[in-house]
Amino acid sequence: MTLSEIDLAVIGAGPAGLSGAVTAADAGCRVALLDLGARPGGQYWRHADPALGPPVPGMHHGWRTFTALLDRFDAHRRAGSIDYRPEHAVWQVQSDPHGFVVRATAGERDPEPFTLGARSVLVATGAYDRQVPFPGWTLPGVMAVGGAQTLLKGSHVAPGRRAVVAGTGPFLLSVADGLLRAGTRVVAVIEASRARAYARKPPAVAAVPEKLAEATRYAASLARHRVPYLTGHAVVRADGPDRVRSVTVEAVDRSWAVRPGRARRFECDTLAVGYGFVGQLELLLELGCSTRLDGGGSLVVETDAGQRTSVAGVYAAGEPTGVGGADLALAEGALAGDAAAASLGRGGGLDPAEAGRTRRRRRRLRAFARALATAHPVPDGWQSWVDPDTQICRCEEVTVAEVRAAVALGARDARAVKLLARPGMGWCQGRICGPAVAALTASLGGGTVSPDDLRDFSRRSLAQPVPLGVLAAQGPGLEESNMSHRTVADGGAINSERRGKAP
Amino acid sequence: MSESFEITVDGRPVQCRAGETIAAALMQTGLDAWRTTRRAGTPRGLFCGIGICFDCLVSINGARPVRACLATGRAGDRIATAPGADPHGGDDPV
Repeated sequence: MTLSEIDLAVIGAGPAGLSGAVTAADAGCRVALLDLGARPGGQYWRHADPALGPPVPGMHHGWRTFTALLDRFDAHRRAGSIDYRPEHAVWQVQSDPHGFVVRATAGERDPEPFTLGARSVLVATGAYDRQVPFPGWTLPGVMAVGGAQTLLKGSHVAPGRRAVVAGTGPFLLSVADGLLRAGTRVVAVIEASRARAYARKPPAVAAVPEKLAEATRYAASLARHRVPYLTGHAVVRADGPDRVRSVTVEAVDRSWAVRPGRARRFECDTLAVGYGFVGQLELLLELGCSTRLDGGGSLVVETDAGQRTSVAGVYAAGEPTGVGGADLALAEGALAGDAAAASLGRGGGLDPAEAGRTRRRRRRLRAFARALATAHPVPDGWQSWVDPDTQICRCEEVTVAEVRAAVALGARDARAVKLLARPGMGWCQGRICGPAVAALTASLGGGTVSPDDLRDFSRRSLAQPVPLGVLAAQGPGLEESNMSHRTVADGGAINSERRGKAP
Repeated sequence: MSESFEITVDGRPVQCRAGETIAAALMQTGLDAWRTTRRAGTPRGLFCGIGICFDCLVSINGARPVRACLATGRAGDRIATAPGADPHGGDDPV
């Protein structure tokens, strides 16, 4: 298969991307699947190199679904209908007269430029942990809850001996269970929300009994290990001085403001923390796809019944369309693969009965995701936890006081704050601090976060940092686009400044 | 169990299992930070764990910094922690 013959380029080999790639290939499409990871599965089915031996029993979920999908995927690879490219970091997707040009770097250690052309694109780039800042969150031993999970699943390494798991959402329970299985003592699970979406069982939750069963299993596991599960509480400080030694936990109200006088301290060597997830939208934003805010205030890309975005030939599935978990991602991926194939005149990715079932499953799981987002919002009360010298941007080490000073100087939105105080201009390009900076800026101005605030923080002309040599090798496409212009205009000092340093 | 080989971290020998990331190998040895920040000079190690945050940068065999959470260890790797892994030194990615 030559690269110019690619019908569908799929970005991301998690549940959505795998499902989309296999469905499109079933319909006769020639598919390329590019993924940052070394093995297929994404974050949800992250697994170790076989050389590291079998995982701790019970660590993986939906494994039979994964292996069945992988069998179909491998058959297509053998047949030459799927070209799988692991360890490929896609940094740009650009439309051109023939379709799309996908640019990537291959390999984290010795990156090589990689370019392919494709008639259509499915963006299935998943999500990462959403964070809110608190004093001490930059101390060693404090890590994202998804990062702790990745260490367990991807390398069979436990991050520490005594862990506190904190934040919001059901994922905390899954990671606490994983840590317990790996032999880590989980000192407490701290859930900031007090909503009991599961206990109240609104119809959207009751319609997904398998999720309830999963939550019940985790709750039983915590009870068996006598792990306290505190709802309406938050870790408001990680205590050092050199690394995390303990965390301070306070009761919080519905807006997550501290209710003083109930502080508790838990000794630990690890804090795994996460406040839900942020979908990875940068490739979609640079392509110009329409977005909106979901019920939980996160930026999501708009898609139609066929998972088509507002840009012809660009499809999206999984977390970028709204965080909803692996089962929803599987359904969306299949429908996207089917629609992409059909638009190229290749029907039969899904037979009509299967398509109907998949659409109904998608509807049910989306309703569940909406109920969950409503039960686990991220209100502004975390701003009562921070000190003036708490870093809000970890990369550029920008403090809360510096953001406040920028607003006092007249910065009215997140973008202006970024230009004045530099949060979001470091290596992560605002992925970690973006939601918090947008929320803090908005509340200092007496407003709420707008889609534009989040778009400004999520838009990155290069979706991944790119070594200069790679950029030089693939540069022409960048020059042609309006993106290089936007890089500079958008406060891309990180880009222009570093480019200036090049020999 | 799994096969392992030696790598060095700032000259100190460390065991790395075949197939694991540099970050996992460092965590296994009890290291929890391997970079210092440019402004406050505070230690950083693994944070997001999935290639998003760039806190875990290390230099391998003198090359430009890479994410320890993504890079798989190879026998004989020479890992240099800060300041060699300062993201603002050397051949910066754009």
